[in-house]
Amino acid sequence: MKMLEVNDLNVWFGMGRDRVDAVLGATFNVEKAESFGLVGESGSGKSTILRALTGLAPHWSGSLSVDGHPIGKKRPKSFFKTVQMVFQDPYASLHPRHSVDQVLGETLQLHGFSDIDNRVVKLLDDVGLGQKFRFRYPHQLSGGQRQRVAIARALAPEPELLLLDEPTSALDVSVQAEILNLLADLREDRGLTYLMVSHDLSVVSHMCDRLAVMKDGALVEVLDVDALRHMKASHPYSQQLLNASI
Amino acid sequence: MMEPLLDVENLWVKFPSRHGVFDAVRGVSFTLGRERLGIVGESGSGKSMTGRAILRLIRSPGIVEADHIRLEGVDLLKKTEKEMRAVRGQRISMVMQDPKFSLNPVLTIGDQIMESYRLHNSVTKKAAYKKSIEMLVAVSIRDPDRVMRAYPHEMSGGMGQRIMIAMMLIPNPEILIADEPTSALDVSVQRQVLDIMDKLVKERGMGLIFISHDLNLVADFCDRVLIMYAGRVVEVCDADKLHEAKHPYTRGLLNSLPRLDAPRDRLDVLERDPEWSRASSVSGRI
Repeated sequence: MKMLEVNDLNVWFGMGRDRVDAVLGATFNVEKAESFGLVGESGSGKSTILRALTGLAPHWSGSLSVDGHPIGKKRPKSFFKTVQMVFQDPYASLHPRHSVDQVLGETLQLHGFSDIDNRVVKLLDDVGLGQKFRFRYPHQLSGGQRQRVAIARALAPEPELLLLDEPTSALDVSVQAEILNLLADLREDRGLTYLMVSHDLSVVSHMCDRLAVMKDGALVEVLDVDALRHMKASHPYSQQLLNASI
Repeated sequence: MMEPLLDVENLWVKFPSRHGVFDAVRGVSFTLGRERLGIVGESGSGKSMTGRAILRLIRSPGIVEADHIRLEGVDLLKKTEKEMRAVRGQRISMVMQDPKFSLNPVLTIGDQIMESYRLHNSVTKKAAYKKSIEMLVAVSIRDPDRVMRAYPHEMSGGMGQRIMIAMMLIPNPEILIADEPTSALDVSVQRQVLDIMDKLVKERGMGLIFISHDLNLVADFCDRVLIMYAGRVVEVCDADKLHEAKHPYTRGLLNSLPRLDAPRDRLDVLERDPEWSRASSVSGRI
């Protein structure tokens, strides 16, 4: 069963002489409960694929379908219950004047849950923060704690597919280890599907089963992590990327 | 022995707060020759504060104290604010952590690079434009003409950081303080940017202070490394021997990295010992 199907996706920004084609004919599938990685250099369009999926990049063509339902220009409410995103920078993705309780409570309310109080407590426990963080503001939290809040927010509507846009690139290595462990545990407990974007091959190989290498907006290769570990990338660009990260 | 470019002795950075004085940097000493010196540590370890203190960029109420911070024998702490302005940018340049906050959002990239160049050199606009394009090409930006016309929000993080580096290198400084210059970049571009900086250090005889949290990168790129924890230097070692480091903090950091060649189910999480922050600083002087 496919969780996500992406067929011949093109995404562009701007027009005329300033038009930039960010993604060119990307095609890949992600199975249910699989963890799929997208790697490539900055500007290769890996984050743009996630943004096009969630509707943050409005100009796209091709076909996208999540859990068998094709995505149109307007996304139904059920889409946002199935798909959630964790952003790169935990410093920018949380409202500075909303407490953790407000952030999570609002999300739950928007998705029509009734037992908000219990759910907020449970979410905080699930991401390893606990009750004492409930009424704190983002500036009272460290980077790792903020990213945990962002993950809790993404988990609030009980999604099946989680889009992770460089979830640890703004964090210290010691904190990165904690967050990666948390994400691995959550996936195991809830049977989540991950689509993870990262420029760090070792992080992707730690988290994912399969990965796609992107260059200048195009997918150059899809390969298994095992093949990656044995340095068996066939495309010269993936080889180059591998050599640069060892 | 040749006089070092920069000589820092017993540097403290203090912030008075309601709960007493907070010491962000505690008694750091090191020298910098024409070499690449790495400073590694987690966020909050005081590595960025050390870089900023050298340029006296710590604003009141923060306090910078040191026995001396000598730039080629002249103590920077004794300079007036006006004299410092001739040092910043011209003799010691700094690439800040986040290009999003270092670039002016309402000016085009071109205007900003040209401004920094024309501030230090009296040249025509046309010559400044040519030089700016040259620098953008030097930091391997494709399509520099479009970038010159673009605004910072149209740039990706990696491009923004390369633009910052181009801007800082135009005045040809003697010391470059690079505060996490490549953390926003990906491996292949990281290499290119490091190669550019490497070339400059070698060709122009610049000194480089490279602040980073990426141990592997520092081990690869620098000559010497200071490892900081809670405001003090816990260990000093040659970069190529970093993987044989003795201090438990350094070992913990090394072990928490995922590795391509050695897969593990779970990553090690660093266990902190309060004893690490109590001991006094190790000197990085030669």
